[in-house]
Amino acid sequence: MTAPDTHRTIDAVWRIESPRVIAGLARIVRDVGLAEDLAHDALVAALEQWPQSGVPRNPGAWLMTAAKHRAIDLFRRNKLLERKHEELGYAIDMERQTAVADFEAALDDDVGDDLLRLVFTACHPVLSTEARVALTLRLLGGLTTDEIARAFLVSEPTIAQRIVRAKRTLAKERVPFEIPRGAELVARLSSVLEVIYLVFNEGYSATAGDDWMRPALCEDALRLGRILAELAPPEPEVHGLVALMEIQASRARARVGPSGQAIVLNDQNRALWDQLLIRRGLAALERAETLGGARGWYTLQAAIAACHARARTAEDTDWPGIARLYDELAAQAPSPVVELNRAVAVAMAFGPAAGLALVDGLTSEPALREYHLLPSVRGDLLKKLGRLEEARVEFERAAALTRNTRERELLLDRARGCAVG
Amino acid sequence: MRFMVMVKATKDSEKGVMPEEKLLTEMGKYNDELVKAGVLLAAEGLQASSKGARVRFSGEKRTVIDGPFAETKELIAGFWLIQVKSKEEAIEWVKRCPNPSPGESEIEIRQVFEAEDFGPEFTPEARAAEERMRAQLASKK
Repeated sequence: MTAPDTHRTIDAVWRIESPRVIAGLARIVRDVGLAEDLAHDALVAALEQWPQSGVPRNPGAWLMTAAKHRAIDLFRRNKLLERKHEELGYAIDMERQTAVADFEAALDDDVGDDLLRLVFTACHPVLSTEARVALTLRLLGGLTTDEIARAFLVSEPTIAQRIVRAKRTLAKERVPFEIPRGAELVARLSSVLEVIYLVFNEGYSATAGDDWMRPALCEDALRLGRILAELAPPEPEVHGLVALMEIQASRARARVGPSGQAIVLNDQNRALWDQLLIRRGLAALERAETLGGARGWYTLQAAIAACHARARTAEDTDWPGIARLYDELAAQAPSPVVELNRAVAVAMAFGPAAGLALVDGLTSEPALREYHLLPSVRGDLLKKLGRLEEARVEFERAAALTRNTRERELLLDRARGCAVG
Repeated sequence: MRFMVMVKATKDSEKGVMPEEKLLTEMGKYNDELVKAGVLLAAEGLQASSKGARVRFSGEKRTVIDGPFAETKELIAGFWLIQVKSKEEAIEWVKRCPNPSPGESEIEIRQVFEAEDFGPEFTPEARAAEERMRAQLASKK
């Protein structure tokens, strides 16, 4: 194996093993930032040694052992807090008494809980949303700073800074490395789900840049969601989120035209929908609904996406069913955006005039003033009602509001369509 | 990116001999690991080729040939569909798989075509746009 080959292998090993190594270390040293630094030191050691020695048979155990040695060295040097010392003393004893394989087995026992602790720490509310996203992708997605920077179209030093600051904040605020319980769990879980869905959405409908989609980010989010579904199986909303992402991702191939333009749901060629992802999404939705209780935001959104996924043609869509789901969603989590979507469903189920009446009630909504989909939807309904001049104005307003180049083209195209008609 | 990971047939798999319990347990554990890591999309085991058939095409003519087929090593006995970041990652996952047969065996890794392999992302314009972006990022450093 050549050196560049080995480096690519090390990258892959890192992606697979680093979350477990960091999570296991964080449990011992009680500091996620320090755990990540130690794991990173082990990675540097691997980069130095593996090109000569070859990749070890159990690379995960190798990284863990190397990181653990560094932890022990560091603590001996720094003589840190007595409590931590005791814990490390325990770790050292254990190392003396048992082979590395046994240690690995012991670690494996609650590696799931460690990973879950890591998820909750990376998505802790003391951090800004941006910091949570960067830290989650770094610690749990195994992405490098450079990969995160490219995915979000910002410079690498910006992301590196964001991660350093986040780790510092976690240490300063003494965020415990634990799984929240009871009522706190609900709020903290919703922060985790929000981070994952934000990553997905940034990939699915890029808010900035020239491309309509960035598939790699969608895949990262899906991977995180699928991991979380196995870490926290009793949480229905986790499966709801996975279902929503799987079903949305199933349309990836159909929602971009040959010249990169966006294609809206009803105009998509459904033969291009990925049936494997749809099946996975429907299964995840079933898992969420089987767990019972009132359906949460993600589960309801997934149920709506599933209505579309089940329809063989756009005409087959169960619009009254979707309108009912939006009613449920509006009752549970009222928001102007949900109202707008409900209006679209009502228009499809009961005619454009019924939908427009609801949309007109939203035009003075401050939260939607800069939201391009409001004029876009209004334009669509006006066009269907034959009010072309008004429709054209709305499409142009929507085009001026969107930050995505591809979407702007689509909207301007529709505006021109009204002018001709 | 997605990879199809294919287990080749063996004399035993072609005879319809079921794997030993130990292997089944290890395989179950391995599959579990793939699920927990969020990389497994689908996995299936295939029955012996004696239960399958081939359709041979020659111009407009179609001939049906019933199994079994002789060239065991060229046959597939099962597959996984995984979603990972690189071919190296796919290889690393496959190296962690228990040996699917008691003796020698082989697992083949093939990349699945993605939308962007054909789509707009691969046009010269898109490539140029990405290079511009990289240049911009580099200048910000």
